Amino acid sequence: MTASTPITPEIVAEHGLSPEEYARIQELLNRDPNLVELGIFSAMWSEHCSYKSSRPHLKTLPTEGSRVIQGPGENAGVLDIGDGLAAVFKIESHNHPSFIEPHQGAATGVGGIMRDIFTMGARPIALLDSLRFGDIGHEKTRYLLNGVVKGIADYGNCVGVPTVGGDIYFDACYNGNILVNAFCLGIAKADRIFLGSASGVGNALLYVGSKTGRDGIHGASMASAEFDDATEEKRPTVQVGDPFTEKLLLEACLEIMKKDWVVGVQDMGAAGLSSSSFEMAERAGMGMELDLDAVPRREEGMNAYELMLSESQERMLFVVEKGRESEALDIFRKWDLDVAVIGRVTDDGIFRAKENGVEVVNLPIQTVVTGALKCDRPTRKPAYLAEVGALDLSSRDVPADCGEVLKQLLASPTIASKQFVYEQYDHMVRLNTLVLPGSDAAVLRVPETDKALALSVDCNPRYGYLDPYVGAQIAVAEACRNVVCAGAEPIGVTNCLNFGNPENPEIMWQFQEAVRGLGDLCRFLDIPVVSGNVSLYNETKGEAIYPTPTIAVVGLMADRSLHCTQGFKQEGHVIGLLGSTLEELGGSEYQKLFWNECRGKPPRLDSKTEQSVHRLCLDLIRKRLIQSAHDCSEGGLAVALVESCMTGPKLVGAAIELNGDMRADVLLFGESQSRIVISFSEDALHGIETLAKKAGVPFFVLGLMGGQDFQIKINQKESINENILMLEDIWKNSLSRYGNRVAG
Amino acid sequence: MKCGIVVFPGSNCDHDCYHILKHVLQLDTHWIWHKDEVLNSFDFIILPGGFSYGDYLRPGAIARFSPIMKSVIDYANQGGRVLGICNGFQILVESGLLPGVLMDNEDQRFICKNLTLRVENNETPFTSQCTPGSVLKIPINHGQGRYYADDDTLKRLTDNGQIIFRYCDATGNTSDEANPNGSLDHIAGVANATKNVMGMMPHPERCADPLWPEVDGQLIFKSLIQSSLAHS
Repeated sequence: MTASTPITPEIVAEHGLSPEEYARIQELLNRDPNLVELGIFSAMWSEHCSYKSSRPHLKTLPTEGSRVIQGPGENAGVLDIGDGLAAVFKIESHNHPSFIEPHQGAATGVGGIMRDIFTMGARPIALLDSLRFGDIGHEKTRYLLNGVVKGIADYGNCVGVPTVGGDIYFDACYNGNILVNAFCLGIAKADRIFLGSASGVGNALLYVGSKTGRDGIHGASMASAEFDDATEEKRPTVQVGDPFTEKLLLEACLEIMKKDWVVGVQDMGAAGLSSSSFEMAERAGMGMELDLDAVPRREEGMNAYELMLSESQERMLFVVEKGRESEALDIFRKWDLDVAVIGRVTDDGIFRAKENGVEVVNLPIQTVVTGALKCDRPTRKPAYLAEVGALDLSSRDVPADCGEVLKQLLASPTIASKQFVYEQYDHMVRLNTLVLPGSDAAVLRVPETDKALALSVDCNPRYGYLDPYVGAQIAVAEACRNVVCAGAEPIGVTNCLNFGNPENPEIMWQFQEAVRGLGDLCRFLDIPVVSGNVSLYNETKGEAIYPTPTIAVVGLMADRSLHCTQGFKQEGHVIGLLGSTLEELGGSEYQKLFWNECRGKPPRLDSKTEQSVHRLCLDLIRKRLIQSAHDCSEGGLAVALVESCMTGPKLVGAAIELNGDMRADVLLFGESQSRIVISFSEDALHGIETLAKKAGVPFFVLGLMGGQDFQIKINQKESINENILMLEDIWKNSLSRYGNRVAG
Repeated sequence: MKCGIVVFPGSNCDHDCYHILKHVLQLDTHWIWHKDEVLNSFDFIILPGGFSYGDYLRPGAIARFSPIMKSVIDYANQGGRVLGICNGFQILVESGLLPGVLMDNEDQRFICKNLTLRVENNETPFTSQCTPGSVLKIPINHGQGRYYADDDTLKRLTDNGQIIFRYCDATGNTSDEANPNGSLDHIAGVANATKNVMGMMPHPERCADPLWPEVDGQLIFKSLIQSSLAHS
């Protein structure tokens, strides 16, 4: 295909553009586009690049706050954390490629999000990954799990950025569409943030990094369509990662960014050279002239179409001041990177590209970047909600042996220890990881200060399925609660909104509700959303994933010595609970495991209660009144208690007494929100009671830690009595036994 | 006291080693760029962990051809003290300064975790501050750390006290369970015959900053400092 290929309706359709969109292109240009130009429109107007379905909703999110240096719209969000430093972070999806080719898909997801961080001038110091796989009984799940984990490990470990946490769920709704959401956090000087802006007529465009190959062409369009039987054939659209080049690129970029003649920089991500050049020029209101013959390439015979649309990884576009070209080239060559001056900034708002001296692209930049048809997608409340909304607990028996239930919950791969996964990730490099994976939140020291940052990522998709508004709120609440349990105050949110096909009004309703829930709670808690990503079309043959608005929260603590972990510390300490247990089992892991259903209402979330619990917990940690804090989540109170027994410095048992007239399974395994398991030495009891009362937060003493047995009595009657060593074996090894199994 | 850290393209524990030597142990610490051909006078040098040249082909296989390696080999052959950590160990093995090979971990997976090692020989510049038989808590972080050598080499290493560390449990006993990667004879670190070159898979720089509760890694660096003082 060349620029002179005539444009037929078939070619337009192959490019994922509707007849209406093509007519709009003709109208805006006042002529037919050539094939290269059509390819650029196809990529830039894809859902993935243009956010045409989601943008009207995203505009409603709270994005401002006293710490915000940069909100959404750039490569990443930036928050001021004091001492002249800034936290730079974002989460992004790489779902479609990871399903087609799990190793490279996940690897390049990690590579892409790191570049988003260091293009801002920040050194990446931590990665998290939020992963969603299908049912463990599904034939592809083990292969996908192992492939994705190895992909993340191979990339992150090699670059030398620690993967310090994340979350993993398994549910049949992901059988045909797994999710790989990668988060990266970096630290930058607050007054040295770089933006993707191409200003200054005559300034040079520098291409830096790997050579351009034919991989990943149409990646953005692929991520903007549903999967079908031919999906496996799309493997060539998946990019191939080279973490070694990324490492060199990272060091070279941070070195050149010390120079004051660097004007702007952007990663060549989705839609490669097209999106980076068009977006940078558009932000500055400028034009650009490119000589495509100067672009470093892997093979001969690549044409303008391929060069403009390749998604080869580890490439950046820099704008440097005129006259500084040779200094810039020297720095990149020191790091053995391919580098070339490929163009100049112009002032007429037109993008021109030449191939063999002939102009092959001539497009008005603003038209391409902002001209996509606005989609006011219709919404409709899904029909399934009426069917699954009702849950009559009286028709479900309370299990006779709650100890057995507990064991099965601990073995569930969603709840079981993720040690098998995180031990494959370097989670220590750069010596910042204060709290290693396996607690509620990862804690990283902020180099050269006394501060620390706590990070958590969360989203329970079943809650979102039953009520996307509440589901999104719970995702925010729980990620915040995790950070609070580590002793940090939540200061910023980034989100990755994973949904099905937005052309289906029911999916669009889920999306709208989730964004509304996310916005409402963030507004109430006064935590800005500073960056994010939307992944739609997570759907195979009409089967959409559950709504999965993944939320990552960054928390700040002024004194890193005041960080807290979830494990019980010492025999004889008292165990307590902040928050109340309500009669609710809808969407719980217990309900899924034992009744094989997901129905009813998700747990209630009261914003005020949630906030009071956060404030109280932080107060207790800062006053050194408690020795551990652990969020109650999947598997409920019983699972949270066992987890605290198993994750302290020494394995310890516990003797717990619960009272009340609720069903035993609700008390033990219900997933009521705004609850935190704490532990403390007995002499702190009075102080905690006083502060809890003042905060208006219910506080209960549950029992004592000690011995080798995990016992729970309900109304003085024994309900669970299991050896803690046996529980630990189940919890610790279930996932590795699954992941390591060769067949079956 | 002057020490150097070699930076290969893809080294990623270089900053951590630098931090420990420069800021924690207050040494005159220098970077050594892989394209340099001349090695200045140092009391000791470190080949840090990471993925030199992306570990493409085989860990250490390309790095051994870096311009600086010729000088490193000369330095070692003249008695200079060289510590290779993780990828540094792999490079030392590939360049022939240490015997044996490092293969894929037994279960074919990368492993990052805290574990325990037993000090097998404290009469080296790298372990003089350790008690023989003592147990150190130091993390590992590698995909290719399974040490192997042929029978003759193993016998020579054993007879000559060149096996410096073995993986062990918390009480100091070796076992298959305590061996994370299937290393021959539980070997975690070896030295050359003259004991001035040592490679180890575990990362002492990851447990040497007093900010963390575990600082056993300091013993390795303090041994190097002590032996350098004795020589100067």
